Amino acid sequence: MSLIAASNLVKTYRTEAIEVKALQGVSFDIAAGSFLAFVGPSGSGKTTLLNLVGCLDKPTSGSLQVAGVDVLNLTRRQAAEFRGRNIGFIFQSFNLIAVLTAFENVEYPLVMVQELRPAERRERVLEALKAVGMLEQKNQMPEQLSGGQKQRVAIARALVTQPQLVLADEPTANLDHETAYMILRLMKQMRDHFGITFIFSTHDTRIIGEAEIIYTLEDGCLLRREERERANVQSGEDRAAKLKAL
Amino acid sequence: MFNLAKIALRNLRRYKRRSLLTVSLIAFGVVFVLVFVAVTASIKNFMIAQITDSYLGAVQIHRGGYVASIESLPLNLNLAPDAVSQIERAVVSVKEIEAYSERIKFGALFSNFTETTNIRINGVYPEKEFAALPQMLSRISAGERSVRALEKGKILVPKLLAQGFGAKVGDTVVVVATNKDGSVNGKTFLVSGILESATGPGGRDGYINFDDAREILRMSDKEVSEIAVRIRSLPQVEEVAQSIQSALGLGEKKQKGGGIEVHTWSQLSPFATIANMIDVMTFFIKLMLIAIVLISILNVMIMAVYERVREIGTIAAIGTLPRKILSLFLVEGFCLGLTGALVGVVFGLMIIFGLNLAKITFNFGQATGLILAPTIAPMEVVTASLLVIIVSVLASLQPAYKASRMEPIDALRHL
Repeated sequence: MSLIAASNLVKTYRTEAIEVKALQGVSFDIAAGSFLAFVGPSGSGKTTLLNLVGCLDKPTSGSLQVAGVDVLNLTRRQAAEFRGRNIGFIFQSFNLIAVLTAFENVEYPLVMVQELRPAERRERVLEALKAVGMLEQKNQMPEQLSGGQKQRVAIARALVTQPQLVLADEPTANLDHETAYMILRLMKQMRDHFGITFIFSTHDTRIIGEAEIIYTLEDGCLLRREERERANVQSGEDRAAKLKAL
Repeated sequence: MFNLAKIALRNLRRYKRRSLLTVSLIAFGVVFVLVFVAVTASIKNFMIAQITDSYLGAVQIHRGGYVASIESLPLNLNLAPDAVSQIERAVVSVKEIEAYSERIKFGALFSNFTETTNIRINGVYPEKEFAALPQMLSRISAGERSVRALEKGKILVPKLLAQGFGAKVGDTVVVVATNKDGSVNGKTFLVSGILESATGPGGRDGYINFDDAREILRMSDKEVSEIAVRIRSLPQVEEVAQSIQSALGLGEKKQKGGGIEVHTWSQLSPFATIANMIDVMTFFIKLMLIAIVLISILNVMIMAVYERVREIGTIAAIGTLPRKILSLFLVEGFCLGLTGALVGVVFGLMIIFGLNLAKITFNFGQATGLILAPTIAPMEVVTASLLVIIVSVLASLQPAYKASRMEPIDALRHL
């Protein structure tokens, strides 16, 4: 069964003077455990598509199911709850909370979103930081971390809630070539371990090859789908156990 | 809640200078209010004590209608002997009452044998009068400062009159008055002392012995114009007045009933208006405090929201519910208000303590060199602090609401 099923998604932005069609009837199915990239030039609709899948925005028309839920009918509050339970986000600019340490940044969604007890929180945060290799830097503030380290913390924050899906919008855009590869490999490693579906957008041709499935977008239309490689993917139920085992 | 407070405090620390400035501004407002309230309350209480302890008394009891006609000092509205006895019994039964003094008041002519003018005479029992008005003795600027100043045949002349007539202690003067039957009578007196006005220039009240007053007025029965009452605790004046009314059987009617009226000092003295004005000023000073807190917190929170739009977008994207984002900013406002209030209270109390140590002097009426002794009730401190904290939270409400209503997608796009 597909984790994401999108059918004929249309997104139109209207201002007083102009109308921009960001997506023009995009349809796709994404299986659980995929490591997938939306690629295309700027303005092709990658970010818009990620925003729709991430329940941050709603399409003008079409239908979209994420993890078996018709996300287009969710209220603002329900969408927030759904994101908190099922989706992790990785941002281009890392978007760590500046006043919190690496540990506290990763802990944040468990405190403010999932409201776990302190002992359970601590265990999960340490496991996530260990998984991304940031355990030693857990008490450092974001300003004390390099770009790659910040993105690792951001990945840990995305993983700590044990989501079904992680969305990463241009996750390597602010990183040098070597660090970008390292982050991509780390994301794939996390997918392999936890069976979490990773979807990222990029227009960086150097890292496109890291994706197993590539959807190419242009002018809001899906041009083609390429499948390069398929790694072994664990079932969703194994995720927590895997995280613990690390 | 602890986590919200931790994040809020860290955010405030992130913008140290701005937070410090806001806290300082709030603290300054709190200090200003506390010191103002302490100083004005001290001066006001002193003035009220001066008025009630030197000529008015905290409470006065009259026959119904007397106060309305007080300018003409009507003898036909005196309290009859049986009413006086009834009042005395009632007054004695109220334990908050420390002393009382019966007075007979009338208008008279005052003459030094060459010139004549009008005077308001108060016939009193000296021991009772000085017990009910302990500061009256200090008003005697020349002559005997004791109950002997009002022995039979002696008169305390108001300073205004003494100056105008060149009257001195030891001079003989004549007081002539008409009694309620219309017959005129006079009596010579020895000037025993010059009486300063209690509240500044002016005042035509002279004092003689009660028995002399009865003699001039040819009053066979003991009639009384008013009874001045001193109470143990001035702030309880309204309750004491109620107790007197109850003891007199005046029921629920606040002042009138049964031909007897009970008035508090504030109903009799024009200074009550000034005291009220001081209260109004204090109220407006508190309004200024509210404005300071409101504007500074609103400003700082609007800035905080504006500067953290992307951060708001991030926490909203990862699933933080709007009410938690709202709480986050409200807690920041609360922390600013709380810190400002605490700092303000500490500095305010230190300044009040310092003012007490400095022993600053001031003048009121004829009293000079009075020492300013500002004090503040704990309730005033609590009220000012709560006011600041509540206003801080209210001022944070709009920016916090704005933050909580932000669409994550728009916030994340913010540069």
